[in-house]
Amino acid sequence: MGKTIAEINKKIKEGRAVVVTAEEIAGLAKKQDVKKLAAEIDIVTTGTFGPMCSSGVFLNFGHSNPRIKIGGGKIYLNGVPAYAGLAAVDTYIGAAATPENDPRNSEHPGSFKYGGGHVIEDLVAGREIMLEINAYGTDCYPKRGVSTRIRLKDLNEAILFNPRNCYQNYNVAVNLSKKTIYTYMGILKPELGNANYCSAGQLSPLLKDPYLRTIGLGTKIFLGGGTGYVAWWGTQFNPSVKRTKNGVPAAGAATLALIGDLKQMKPEYIKGASLTGYGTSLIVGIGIPIPVLNEDILRWTAIPDEELYAPVVDYSNDYPNCTGKTLGEVNYGQLKSGKAEILKKEVPTGSLSSYKKAREIADTLKKWITGGDFQLTENVMNFPEPDSGYKFRAMKEGR
Amino acid sequence: MERKFVIHFPKTLVDKPIMSDLVKRYSLDFNILKAYVTPEEEGTLVLALQGTEENVDTAVKDLKEMGARIQSISSDIRMVRELCTDCTACIPLCPVDALYRDKEDFSVHFDAEKCIACGLCIKACPTKALVFTI
Repeated sequence: MGKTIAEINKKIKEGRAVVVTAEEIAGLAKKQDVKKLAAEIDIVTTGTFGPMCSSGVFLNFGHSNPRIKIGGGKIYLNGVPAYAGLAAVDTYIGAAATPENDPRNSEHPGSFKYGGGHVIEDLVAGREIMLEINAYGTDCYPKRGVSTRIRLKDLNEAILFNPRNCYQNYNVAVNLSKKTIYTYMGILKPELGNANYCSAGQLSPLLKDPYLRTIGLGTKIFLGGGTGYVAWWGTQFNPSVKRTKNGVPAAGAATLALIGDLKQMKPEYIKGASLTGYGTSLIVGIGIPIPVLNEDILRWTAIPDEELYAPVVDYSNDYPNCTGKTLGEVNYGQLKSGKAEILKKEVPTGSLSSYKKAREIADTLKKWITGGDFQLTENVMNFPEPDSGYKFRAMKEGR
Repeated sequence: MERKFVIHFPKTLVDKPIMSDLVKRYSLDFNILKAYVTPEEEGTLVLALQGTEENVDTAVKDLKEMGARIQSISSDIRMVRELCTDCTACIPLCPVDALYRDKEDFSVHFDAEKCIACGLCIKACPTKALVFTI
């Protein structure tokens, strides 16, 4: 006995939809019959809030008078270079963009105080941004330079488009070497001094729909405090990784490309990040509703932290050198307790992803749905399945 | 009186018995809270010095003249609550458990009393929510 999206949407409209968060369902399923819960519950909401470096925003500034063409020239936002390969007054600024005069890692570890992620945060927060354009001038776009201040509300479009967000699962980073290392997974102290993870575990969207049965092209989501959509499968999509008995990938696996209107977003859910010794990034808040179409889907949404495993990887050697070696697996229950056993040692853990914020997002999405403000979408297309033959490739070098 | 300091020694001073000399000269008592030598061979010492105010001040002055960098610890580090996203990246780095997470609501808290101002959390915080106040 299943439900359809149309039936669930009808219930949302009538204010009758039963919505719980992925954390709540994990608790309920420990006590109650799964079959009964699958019949009663219509939607499970998820949430995640962490640095997602493959993020950025398309901007259109409107035309200057006389007209200017950014393409082929140079463009800076608060001194951070943006993409100058599009027509006229369009650009794209990525989270990791760094000012040309930033010392980077010349004095290691660099602090990376301000970059693309911070420009995006400043836009969302309504702050003024310095826009500088240098162009070569054409008959139709004669102007050669612009230097002005802009705000998000002055722009035509501001479209957050993130080619790789929402990793289904992620490495737990450790350092087996004798010196501290500075990574995108945070500061890692020598000789297993700490273990850092980056997932909301039982609240994380793609861990709760491990085969992407409900999430696909066109899925409407919570994105940065506004509504957004799944625009494609994400880059480095890798559905054929090893899975645990419950079907959940025990490593990276699926990713999502996401799109949404930056003007709807809120500064609480879109934040610039400075990762010492690594660079800048963007912290993105994402929430995805999972319609409980059948018992299988409910069972997946209810998998608790203790049954979700992440691989432990040495970021002093195995990660940078792509050895593929892992040091074992730990579950999110252990990771969230603050200590995990790795190579027979009790190691303090830290997270780059905020569980508190993930909870807030899943709760907000739940409120939107029960309040009748948010309807679910039917997938326009499903994404490659584990047995589809879809491959994740390494770079071909040296030819 | 007792005051806490973080003292960074450059490579040239690491192998000299500076502290014991000072302690003898100014009749100070000391308690080492933490000590380590970085891979760049800079020494870092977190210690509490006890003695008369004048003697502690003079000892600190002498250390500075020898090329040591000194930070006085009196809740030197502050958490800017609005900037914290409660991620916990700082927590395993804190050597004295001054940063901790609430088990129920997963929020991150800072106990200024415990802090020895080593500054690791400042480097670890992606949103610059931890700052030196001096």
